[in-house]
This record gives sequence, structure tokens and C-alpha cells, in this order.
Amino acid sequence: MAEPRPVLEMTGIVKEFSGTRALSDVDFRLFPGEIHALLGENGAGKSTLIKVLTGVHPLDGGTVVLEGRPVRITSPLQAQQAGISTVYQEVNLCQNLSVAENILIGREPVAAGRIRWKELRRRAAQLVTRFGLDLDVSAPLGSHPLAVQQLVAIIRAVGSGNPAAADEGDAAAGTRVLILDEPTSSLDRDEVEELFALMRRLRQDGVAILFVSHFLDQIYEVCDRMTVLRNGALVGEHLVADLDQVNLVKLMIGKDLDELEELSEHHTEPDTSEPFLKAEGLSRAGGIAPFDLEVRAGEVLGLAGLLGSGRTELARLLFGADTSDGGKVYIGGDQAALREPNDAIGRGVAFLSENRRTEGLVPDLTVRENIILALQAARGWTRPVPASQRDELVAKYIAALDIRPADPEAKTGSLSGGNQQKVLLARWLLTQPKLLILDEPTRGIDVGAKAEIQKLVVSLSEEGVAVVYISAELEEVLRLSHTMGVLRDRRLVARMANGPDVTAGRVLEIIASGEHQ
Amino acid sequence: MSLTSLWRAATQHRLFWPVAALVALLVINVPFTPGFFEIHLKNGHLYGSLVSIVLFGSPLILVAIGMTLVIATGGIDLSVGAVVAISGALACLVVSKQADQDSVAGVLLAFALALAVALVCGAWNGLLVARLGIQPIIATLILMVAGRGIAQLITSGQIITVNSDAYSLIGGGYWLALPFSLFVVALVVVLSMALTRRTALGLLVEAVGGNAEASRLVGIRSRRIKIMAYMFCGLCAGIAGLMISSNVSAADGNNAGLWIELDAILAVVIGGTSLTGGRFHLGGTIIGALIIQTLTTTIYTIGVPTQTNLVFKAVVVIVVCLMQSSVFRAKVFGARAKRRGPAQKSPGAAADAAPQMEVSS
Repeated sequence: MAEPRPVLEMTGIVKEFSGTRALSDVDFRLFPGEIHALLGENGAGKSTLIKVLTGVHPLDGGTVVLEGRPVRITSPLQAQQAGISTVYQEVNLCQNLSVAENILIGREPVAAGRIRWKELRRRAAQLVTRFGLDLDVSAPLGSHPLAVQQLVAIIRAVGSGNPAAADEGDAAAGTRVLILDEPTSSLDRDEVEELFALMRRLRQDGVAILFVSHFLDQIYEVCDRMTVLRNGALVGEHLVADLDQVNLVKLMIGKDLDELEELSEHHTEPDTSEPFLKAEGLSRAGGIAPFDLEVRAGEVLGLAGLLGSGRTELARLLFGADTSDGGKVYIGGDQAALREPNDAIGRGVAFLSENRRTEGLVPDLTVRENIILALQAARGWTRPVPASQRDELVAKYIAALDIRPADPEAKTGSLSGGNQQKVLLARWLLTQPKLLILDEPTRGIDVGAKAEIQKLVVSLSEEGVAVVYISAELEEVLRLSHTMGVLRDRRLVARMANGPDVTAGRVLEIIASGEHQ
Repeated sequence: MSLTSLWRAATQHRLFWPVAALVALLVINVPFTPGFFEIHLKNGHLYGSLVSIVLFGSPLILVAIGMTLVIATGGIDLSVGAVVAISGALACLVVSKQADQDSVAGVLLAFALALAVALVCGAWNGLLVARLGIQPIIATLILMVAGRGIAQLITSGQIITVNSDAYSLIGGGYWLALPFSLFVVALVVVLSMALTRRTALGLLVEAVGGNAEASRLVGIRSRRIKIMAYMFCGLCAGIAGLMISSNVSAADGNNAGLWIELDAILAVVIGGTSLTGGRFHLGGTIIGALIIQTLTTTIYTIGVPTQTNLVFKAVVVIVVCLMQSSVFRAKVFGARAKRRGPAQKSPGAAADAAPQMEVSS
């Protein structure tokens, strides 16, 4: 491959946070017209590198050269003006504004001090079509599924580089570097394809794309080159074609993947006694059609299905996070009225939401406070967990789950995604639940942490904890479950025991056809 | 070197800037009031400007403490001024109807009734916010407006005066040479700190204010927590109402506690509690309330014309808030600190590279 001049070259990047080095002497370069993966475990420094590049954090050392000229980027706005656009993992757009307003916010066409709404919609529609999408730009953003919102965020990001270029109909609008931080973590397969098509288009236009994803398959599908970080240091830069997945994972975690493979053999037979939780005809209008479900102590029930197929809605009914409008739930043999999460928690049910940030963490509170929260809530405000017992429990779970930094005083908001997830897991484990509902527990988490969480599920089930495991990654569900449920279009279409005859292909068939024999 | 690090540690402390502002305000008074810091013992009572500030600031401290908890849950209570008026009016009415106004039992009955009504007011706010889901600013606006009317109803539109030594103790009396209200405030402060930090209430309040949905999903009875916070706030306002009416031995439904909600909210914010909810700091709130009371005193002592005193107050508050903002400090004092910075820091790539990069862009 003939190497043209890189569009972006970062050399010797150093970033320190109150004494600890988040990045030490990292080099990174991006060529025009390539998709470049930035890889590493949680806390390896990926996000920090991106934030340094986009001016969120000032850098403590090193140089950044953009298109041959040294630059000093001190704010996200400046980064954008320099042609570096970023789309973050969580969509940062205004739900209540229309798609068109979101795309052109801050760059609305103006005449005599007033926004020309027609022109605004026309331009937005033009951009949207250029990216091969078909959607109503005057509808509020919030009325579109999350995946579409993500695509809109990208269109907005690339469209924001240079307004003049956008006017001239150049889709990339002067954007030379596009950073996509975990854009696929909330998308299902078709939507990912749509996103990739968009990315390839931009690559053709000469945009350099920096892509962060925890899905290795996706990296191999779409990327040209990759840079691997570990513990804030550069491990290496490779062409994707030169490095296979096994070796890549070795580079990322510095050890072999075998541990993960061992997991599949570990299944013990769940007891066949009375189910711990039993749902009969449980339903919620607009959420999920009536379903029957049983889960026994020590059983891992895997739920598969596309995003939006009703997996989360089902789980929320079992936890009382939403109220059902039909059917019954029996927990431990007794009928339970689940009006509030409290009612379920009191009966030993725990629920790890898929939305870490909005439905899990209290970011302002410390790791210790977040971990203790569920236990404390169960005890009520009058009976605080004694300080010594609390510190002991927190220290135990920080060590057991390898939460980093291992500082109970750290603000959870500043932790990496995987560590935040572990904090939330620790929070529930502390309450010693009898049924643990895990909704996408491994989303947006690195390979190492994924393996740890899956191992944890296995050992919990061996201890007799019932687990409902929801994941978009079929392999995970197949590997861990004793029994499986498949959802499609907000309906539980199949329930079956997991076994050698249950394969990813067969489950996909059920998801696709909705039929199960 | 150790002195600088000590200084740095001190300036990093949460309460540094509020305390600095308070001290600065106090010192400003000295040229205008010689002997500002002097405290005399007269007739077995302590007198002096500092004593007056604490005495007159007592109701504000109480209201601000209650407000802190409400704000920590992510709410706000605009009705505290009205509750002050209701509580004072009711207590004065009860006392004035008695044959012997000095009867301790009668005064205690008046207190109990007034505080019970204050609790009901808080519960009303809490129900509107937590049960009906009305936005706190609107929900408490109802009582803010209606409460003045209720106070007027209680007093039949008159100013009720009482003549009771027992009643005037709480807001104007002395005990052990100190203003009695000081003991009341100290008691409420100690109780509320114990209530929030010795139990898990503080943590749960901060969780509810920090992320309401996550708190619900973790099983916190957030409605109950919120209602409790509003009730506590109502109770604090009720006690403040007793103090204010006791201090002048009269209940004025129109003017008692007028605008105290704004001062209280300001005190909470100056004290470092964010209006968005979450973390709260009772100690900071007390400093904040003292700053505002000192400011009010200062306005009188340095002779700011009464017509313009609100403007003066606003300017000082803006300065205090700016001083607390780390962004502002970095902008104003940052240039000097930066020049000094690299020399102290360990050298190396970081310091060397910075000037080079400044050349372009």
C-alpha cells in the first residue's frame, strides 16, 4: 500500500489526571480515506486519546499535526472548525426538536434574522437522502428509533465541518476526520449494516474515520487499519489484514482467550423443582404481548431477539419497573403484585438495566455509595449499613470484580464503561439476589470484562441464583443459557432448552421467521 | 514549599471561598463601624454586631437548611416565606386569645399548633411534587401565593400583637448570655446533620436528586424521601416563623418572611449545593446564610441608600458567585498561575512541548 501523507499525526501524546498517567507517549496517525479502529480494553486510554484530540482535555505533552500543520486544539468547537467531527456513544441530540433542526442546529439558513424553515427542511432532507436514508426530517428526533438517531448524529457531525461546503452539496462538508466512539453498541445487525454503508461512503469521499467498537467482528468487517492501546500506552499499529482476531485479543489483554472458551463446558443441570419465578400471560400494551415464562433457581434463561423486539420490556415487567396490564407473576410460589421495583426487590429480584447512565449510575456519588445503594435502599433510611461492614463489603466486591481504579472514593461518573458496569453488578450482588436479570450486561465493554462478567454468571448459577440473561450477542446467550427464549416483534415466540441442536443459525431462523417447531 | 501546599490544600477545600467571602464582608464593616468585632457583656447579655448578625440571621439559617434538603432531592420550595407567615400568624393568634399570655403551657400549645400546620404545608408541597408529579417550582408556587392569603385569613388582615415574655424568648430572648435563637438553630443544625449523615437519609436524598430513575430502579422509595424533605423544609420554615414573630412580638401576614425563599435559595447555592440536586452541604449552607445576613447588615452600616440596597446586594452576590466559580478564577488568576506553573511541575515533554505548539493555529 502506497502511503500518502497522513491527514492526522499525533506523536508522543501524554495526558495525566492528578498524577496518574492516562496516556504515556502514544503515537497515532490517520490516513485520508481509511477506516481506522482504535482498540483496547476499558481504561486503556481510547476515550482519553479521543478527548485529547477533540479538545475536551488539554494535552500535557506531544504534538498534533493536522494536514501537515501543527495545531493546538483547545476546545471541541475548535476541533470541529479544524475538520474533526465526533459522534459519541450516547446520542447527544435534542429529542424534542425535529430531525432537520438537529442536523442543522447552529447553522440554520437565516434571512433577515429569521430562520427559513422551508429551506432548513429542504437542506436537511437533501443531506439525509445523500446518505441513503429515507426518513421524515420534520418529525421530532425522539419519534425515531435509537439507531436512526445515531445515524442522524453522524450526519449532523459530518455536516458541521464547513457550512459553505454543505451548501455546495458536498456531503462530507469539509470534515476530514470523523470520530465514531462506539456507534454500534445500541444498534442491531441491519442497522449496523446501514451504518457501515454510510461509513464506506464517507471513506470514498476521502474522510478519515476513527472507529471505536468492542465488536471485533465489526472491526474486521469494516476497518482497514488498527491501533491497539493497553494501559495508556501504544501496543502497535497494524493493517487489519495482517493480524487475526486471536492475536489481536492477545495484544489487547496481554493474555490468551482460552479462559473464555472454557466457559461453554461448565453447565450444570438446573434442578427441576418449582420455578422461582413464573409468569402467566403477563403483558403490557405497547410493550409486550402476553407471555408465559419460568425460571428456576440455578437456571440461566437467555433471551435472544433483535433490539426493540421486547426483550427489555419483558424484563422490566418481571422487575416491576413497568406495571403489567394483564397476567400474573408468581415468585417463590406466591402470587406477587409488582407495582414498583421495590416489590420485586423485596422478593429477591435484581435488575441491571441496559442503560447504565440513565437508569443505573448516580454519577455524582462515589463508587462506594453507588455500590451500597441497593442494599441501603432495602434496609430503609433508618438503618444505615454500619461503616465497617460497608467498607468491608465494598472492598470485597471491588476486589472480586476487579473494579478499576480500586478507589471507593472515586466518582463513578469518571470511571470507564466496563468499570461502571461492574459497580452496578456489585451493587446488586451485595443484596444477594435470588433472581438476577441482566439486560445487555456486556454492551460497550471490552473483551476482558466481558469474559469476567460471563464467568460471574456461570458461578452465580452454580450457587443457585436464577439468571435472566439478555444480549444482542447470540454467541453469549447460547454459551451461557440452560434455557432460551426468543423474541420477535414484541412477542415471545419460542422457548426451548439449550442443547447441541440449538445453534446460532437456528435461533436466527426463529428470529427471522418467528416460527418455531 | 509546605506552606504553599498547605495554601493550595486550603483553597481547594469546598468551603474556602464561601468562608473567604464571609470574612471579607465582615472586615469591610470595620472602617464604618469601629469596634465591629467587639462583644460586650451588658446586663448579663452579650451584645455586639457579630451577635446581632447571628441573631437576625437565625431564621434564614433555619429556612436555608430545610431548603438544602429539598434542593438536594432535585426540587425547590418557594413557599417557605408563606409558611413563615402562616406559622407566626397562627402562633400569635393562639397566644393572643389566651387570658394569661405569659403562660408557658399556652405558648407551647401555640408552638405545637403552628409547627403542625407548617408540617402540613410541607406535606402538601411534597404530595404535589412526589405523588402528582407537578414540577416543584410550580407546585410550591401555589402555596407561596395562597399561603400569604391563609396568613391574612388567620390574622383577619390585621397585625396581631402579643405581649408575652415566654413567647418573645425564642426570637428575642437570651439564655446563658446568648440569644436563645442561637440554641434553637444549633439544635436544628445538629439534628439535621445527625438525621442526614448518621442515618442513610443523606445518601438516599443525594441518590434521588442525582438520578431519580436509577434510584427508583434500585428500590429507593423516592416519593417518601421527597415528601420527607418537603415536610422537613416546612418544619424549618415554621420554626423560623415563630422566631420572626417572636422577635417583634407581632404577626404580620403580609411582610413576615417576605422574600426569604430567595435568600435561602441563594444561601444554599453559595454553600455549594447544586440547584440540579444531588450532593448537598449543610455546613456550606450555614456559611451562605451568614454571608447573606452579613451583607444585609453591611448595607445598613456602610450607609447604602435604602432605595438602592437591592442593587448593592445583587452586585455582592454576583461577586461571591464568580469567586466560587473555578472557571472564572482560572480566567482571571489563571494567567499568573500558569506562568508560575511549569517551574514547579516536573519538567519533561509536557512543559517543553507546550510553547512550540502555540506558534500555529
